[in-house]
Amino acid sequence: MMKLSGETLRDPTAETTSVKRARTSPPKSLEGLCVGLFGIGKTRTPEFLDQVEKRLAERGLITKRFAKPTNAKTCPPEIMEQVVRECDVVLVGLSD
Amino acid sequence: MLPATGFVIFAKRDCPTCTLIEPVLRKLCAADPATCFISQDDPQFPEGVSAVLDDRELEQSFRHNIEFVPTLIRLENGREVDRTYGWDVREWRRITGLADLGNGLPEFQPGCGSLSVAPGAAENLQVRYGETGLKSRKIELGEWDDPIEACFERGWSDGLPVVPPTDVRIVRMLAGTKRKPDEIIGRIPPFLPECTVEKVAISAVMAGCKPEYMPLVLAVVETALVPLFSLHGILATTSFGGPIVIVNGPIAKKLGMNWGFNVLGQGNRANNTIGRALQLLVRNFGGGRPGEVDRAALGSPGKITFCFAEDETDPSWEPYHVSLGFRRDQSTVTLFQGHGVETFNDDKSRTPEQLAHSFGLGLRTIGHPRLQKAQAVIVLSPEHYAIFRDGGWGRKQITEALHKYSTRPGRDIVAGTDGIPLGIDPSRADEMVPKFAPDGLLIVRAGGPAGLFSGVLPGWGSKPAEVGPVTREVHE
Repeated sequence: MMKLSGETLRDPTAETTSVKRARTSPPKSLEGLCVGLFGIGKTRTPEFLDQVEKRLAERGLITKRFAKPTNAKTCPPEIMEQVVRECDVVLVGLSD
Repeated sequence: MLPATGFVIFAKRDCPTCTLIEPVLRKLCAADPATCFISQDDPQFPEGVSAVLDDRELEQSFRHNIEFVPTLIRLENGREVDRTYGWDVREWRRITGLADLGNGLPEFQPGCGSLSVAPGAAENLQVRYGETGLKSRKIELGEWDDPIEACFERGWSDGLPVVPPTDVRIVRMLAGTKRKPDEIIGRIPPFLPECTVEKVAISAVMAGCKPEYMPLVLAVVETALVPLFSLHGILATTSFGGPIVIVNGPIAKKLGMNWGFNVLGQGNRANNTIGRALQLLVRNFGGGRPGEVDRAALGSPGKITFCFAEDETDPSWEPYHVSLGFRRDQSTVTLFQGHGVETFNDDKSRTPEQLAHSFGLGLRTIGHPRLQKAQAVIVLSPEHYAIFRDGGWGRKQITEALHKYSTRPGRDIVAGTDGIPLGIDPSRADEMVPKFAPDGLLIVRAGGPAGLFSGVLPGWGSKPAEVGPVTREVHE
């Protein structure tokens, strides 16, 4: 029988391994927390987040809006850092 | 066993010069019994000589960098101090000190190529006996593993078989570029690891590239990493497209690229593997996989590969790269964020004005008739171009006319008309609204000689300041 292989290949990947971190437990209540509403730049994202903001405001919750400049590119790190600094939980609006 | 001091002769029976000088070899053996004969193909050659080293594995030939046989080497204290190759009676007599060596033979006869430099041998021998310098992790397959299936199982495939990236193939691929394997060429989205020339070569191997494609593959990758191109965005989008690679200049012909029949289709190795090398790099090295960071709802066959060359054979046509200020003799690569191929069919127009008007009408619908600020590559077929050319039109007139005839009255595309919410604000009803962004039409001439149709490759971007095509020179 012909021997198929025993060959040695080289790894085409970046040879990295993701660090698995435990998820932060969701807060039991949003009372007193700042809820970040993050727009990713899609056409109808503001419309969606407006509705969410309105509903949260009706419940007396604090919200803060964030957005990345364009849906075509990744979020600049400084905006990500601002989100982390200024709010406790964040909702990302992906809606088309 | 090689003598520390003495003579070593590399030869093969299949070489007429080696067989011609067989008497010489026997004489050398008699004069210096320590003389070592190394036979590349037959350990019984030369006949009548006992000290023949079997080098059918070509290890000694590789280690002594033998390019031709016969090669005569003189060693002193383990070091090479003299060498000649082929049969040159004066040289052989000088090196051996045997004044009557080769009496009766012609004075000169060239040798043959060493088996160690036969096509394909050099890289194999380098991997087996030398240093490859490769840094990527080794993956040892089981004895009965099928390498192609092993690549599938590891998730390294775009759905089609890939060429298994063995050391020999990678070393051969790296020989296609002067750039060092450890040179970092940029960070590949989406996870942005630093990518070396070696990793690009691995991707090129897997895609099926030839080594001579490497300068172009490297240029494609570097162009894709220019921020304006937004490689992460085109990967992550829910929309259809991916990178479309357009090649201009002499390198297209040199690599045998297709700009003619079926230019956007199957059949040409360079076209199809160069585009695939970029996609496999993003998938395997960058980590961009469908359903993960690649969020495309439908995708497009062009996301496996989409690469072609412009037809620059008609001197009346200004090639795309020349329109950007490059010279005709410069090679360039252009990357465009594009979807699949839409068709424009018109076999009735006979004048430039008719055809441009008709084409403009066709272009109004790409994406959606009410969308604007569009970008698109127009693949202008030779027969359609001939109508423009014969009417005295060139790139500039065609581009202007297509903008003109794809511009439409705002009232036709107002949101809410016919009960369709999509459209422009009603306040713009009296405006004339262009379909395309000002630089949004990129015209490339390509295709088979017959057929009154052209191709339209709609673009992904509708924000030209943020996303647009990028062109870079290819350095060989």
